[in-house]
Amino acid sequence: MKTSTNVARQAWVPWVTTLALLVLWQIVAMVLGSASLMLPAPTAIAQSIGQHYDVIWPNALQTLYTTGLGFGLAVALGMVFGLAIGASSLIYRGVYPLLIAFNAVPKVALVPIFVLWFGIGTLPAVVTAFSLAVFPIIVNVATGLSTIDAEMEDVMRSLGATRWDILTKVGIPRMAPYLFASLKIAITLAFVGSVLSETIASNEGIGFLMQAASSRFDVPLVFAGVIVIAAMAVIAYQLCEVIEGRFTHWAKRGK
Amino acid sequence: MSMSERLAELLAFDSKGGAEPMAACALAPEEQRPPHSGQPYVDLRGASLVYGSGGEQMLAIDRLDLQVGQGEFVAVVGPSGCGKSTLMKLVTGLLQPDAGAVFIQGQKVTGPVRNVGMAFQNSTLLPWRTTLENVLLPFELVKPHRQRIRRHHAEYRARAMHLLDVVGLKDFAEKYPWELSGGMQQRANVCRALVHQPPLLMLDEPFGALDAFTREELWLLTQQLWLKQRFSAILVTHDLREAVFLADRVIVLSKRPGRIILERRVDLPRPRSLAHTYEPAFSEIVHEIRDTILEARA
Repeated sequence: MKTSTNVARQAWVPWVTTLALLVLWQIVAMVLGSASLMLPAPTAIAQSIGQHYDVIWPNALQTLYTTGLGFGLAVALGMVFGLAIGASSLIYRGVYPLLIAFNAVPKVALVPIFVLWFGIGTLPAVVTAFSLAVFPIIVNVATGLSTIDAEMEDVMRSLGATRWDILTKVGIPRMAPYLFASLKIAITLAFVGSVLSETIASNEGIGFLMQAASSRFDVPLVFAGVIVIAAMAVIAYQLCEVIEGRFTHWAKRGK
Repeated sequence: MSMSERLAELLAFDSKGGAEPMAACALAPEEQRPPHSGQPYVDLRGASLVYGSGGEQMLAIDRLDLQVGQGEFVAVVGPSGCGKSTLMKLVTGLLQPDAGAVFIQGQKVTGPVRNVGMAFQNSTLLPWRTTLENVLLPFELVKPHRQRIRRHHAEYRARAMHLLDVVGLKDFAEKYPWELSGGMQQRANVCRALVHQPPLLMLDEPFGALDAFTREELWLLTQQLWLKQRFSAILVTHDLREAVFLADRVIVLSKRPGRIILERRVDLPRPRSLAHTYEPAFSEIVHEIRDTILEARA
């Protein structure tokens, strides 16, 4: 009984904190009065979202599209690279320093290069999203693979298992919780990448919308863009968490 | 009683006692093992193994000669760090000796030996598989089962369930390893090591992490399974009572580098019961081995 009321209470907590933040924000904006031009109240933002719905909607879809594509590519290639790095110490030694170097480069510095290569619009946004999201996936997949128990490997080999058997029956399931943990990080990074690229070089997407709105001093619309991005990221994150729970229930024991 | 006589007795036991449940298990003709021949199943000849390289070299095992007959149960004991686990890896071909050679059924071992059952102190069950799925794992890897398991899944399932029933885990077949107690996990682990009826079972301190009662319960279980399946077995342990209870022969290794300092035959009748372990004949053997180890440590 006690635990079920606890669970019910815990389900409400995120809504309560969000609401509290919005109320606080509203109060601060009202106190600031006319100075709130730079910090529009939540009500003003909501109004702006309602008003510019027809503009926000297609741009949000565009950002979702580039983010999803970049994220999908990051998952696919991140898994391939991660498996290769985790399975072979030679590849690990050869490739890992390069990966770290690549990850350390601020992606904002790469966007102009992507624009030179791919023009403006959808493609550089996808590539930027990919370049931000792929690193945590590679690292986690490689880590998951390299933590195979040595005794388990002995058991498998003495049963005549091939390297492929060990990879598919032990390595990949072992890696799954690491992969899904990284997906949650990767999806938010993919959003960052998309918006970043759209802000610099695009005629569509939420990043572009915010850039355009800020140059017209339409501050509520800038904030509307922020809210829309945040909402999409939260939903995508939750989706990743649901998928994670489906596939790795065994790793969340003792409930 | 001679070796061959006892084996004959065991064969009779199997055809009488085990005929009915085992009939369902007779999947492939090659599983019927050839009758006992003079050739040992496992034969280590002057095997040495060096760990490390360069200046940090350490001799783990020094010119070891050890034979394990077909269907014989051998226990290896010794002070910690005497290379017991190294011996396991040599016999299973996971490590190659630096000198000497290892033969299995007269064949020189050059790579991992196929079709060996292994159980370690930590039950290496896969946490994402249920107990039943874990026990089915060997069938997915060992020939000829791996080609058959897809089409004959029900048959293999029944076989695994039968073994789980023998060890009292039938009701836990659909549970995940972390839902089982330590003793249950170890029982499942032994099941997985034995389900495909390997001719050789390697046990590396399999019951070391369990409480005394559970451990003794698993001795009985292991003996029962051995009497039924008559596999050759090598048990590495530092529990002397365990070694004497289960084995036909106890080998005592010296501290590093491991050499055989005592070989003691255990001629106690089978099946042995826990009551036997408190009889003088049993204690006498345990003490003899214990004294030898104490001398070796000094």
